[in-house]
Amino acid sequence: MIRNISVLLVFQLAGESIARGLGLSIPGPVLGLAGLFVLFLARPAIADGMRTTCQGLLGHLSLLFVPAGVGVTAHIATFGENGLALIGALIGSTALAIVAGVFAFLGVARLTGAGDESDG
Amino acid sequence: MDEAVELWTYLARDPLLWLTVTLLAYVTAERLSDLAGRHPLANPVLIAVILLSALLLVTRTPYPTYFEGAQFVHFMLGPATVALALPLFDNLTRVRRTLLPMAAALLAGSLTAILSAVGLAWIFGVRGETLLSIAPKSATAPVALGVSEAIGGQPSLTAVLVILTGITGAVMATPMLNALGIRDWRARGFAVGVAAHGIGTAHAFRVNSTAGAFAGIGMGLNAVLTAVLAPLIVALL
Repeated sequence: MIRNISVLLVFQLAGESIARGLGLSIPGPVLGLAGLFVLFLARPAIADGMRTTCQGLLGHLSLLFVPAGVGVTAHIATFGENGLALIGALIGSTALAIVAGVFAFLGVARLTGAGDESDG
Repeated sequence: MDEAVELWTYLARDPLLWLTVTLLAYVTAERLSDLAGRHPLANPVLIAVILLSALLLVTRTPYPTYFEGAQFVHFMLGPATVALALPLFDNLTRVRRTLLPMAAALLAGSLTAILSAVGLAWIFGVRGETLLSIAPKSATAPVALGVSEAIGGQPSLTAVLVILTGITGAVMATPMLNALGIRDWRARGFAVGVAAHGIGTAHAFRVNSTAGAFAGIGMGLNAVLTAVLAPLIVALL
């Protein structure tokens, strides 16, 4: 458990260092994800050893966004007079982006023979 | 009475109190979400945020004081992002088969997110710095804040828009995709990760593990693509 969390932190730290050092706009943890993925490819046994820790963290991913979410109500004043317009744009745009992504995925999947993995 | 006030004054400043309250609020939110049959509107992030915000308001606790305790939870976002390597690895065969569909969905989702956010906000009368702040709203927070700053937006406003986008996506994804009759968990998860970053990904993991894995990939890739696309699009406008 502690060893597994250390591995996650080491990859995050390496990711942050590379991102900062090279001035990349990719967040450190995303680089860390890529690095750990490469390690799993090289040593699949490590992935099995880290399964419980990783799944435990990801099973409660929602919890980790709560403090930032509370920050929204604390900073809602930044909306100013544009509040309704911004929320309207945000809802519309998020819906459109999900729909565009889903149909692009399914369309190309059909064309390339990656099929449709519908359950049932 | 004085003793109670004294105890409160002590506890209110201690990180332990707000850390504990954050966890309790989340446990309560999950419980309520389960009681509501995991109805999409009963999103645990949304419920916990409402509970905690009300509590901060009633106890007149400033956000920085709250965050001193809550930061320990917030900190785990980094390691959790790294942990997304596991579902990616577990779904390797599926991921390999869908490289092209993912590329198409990434481009379509990312472009639509940026263009429609700016376009709709413009139609609704938003201009200037505020308009630019909404452009990177679908990317994960650290990227969105950096992009916002680079293109002349207001990072603090972008931070709020990013979180609201995540909650919006998490709440609307399931009913919307069900209504559209989409049953492919790969497509569903990936699109939600692109459009609604980590909060959308957290929701996807609650619904289906394949959807969660693909959402994590979508979020990571869109972080990179938004950093490239948003400044280009803004320069063209």
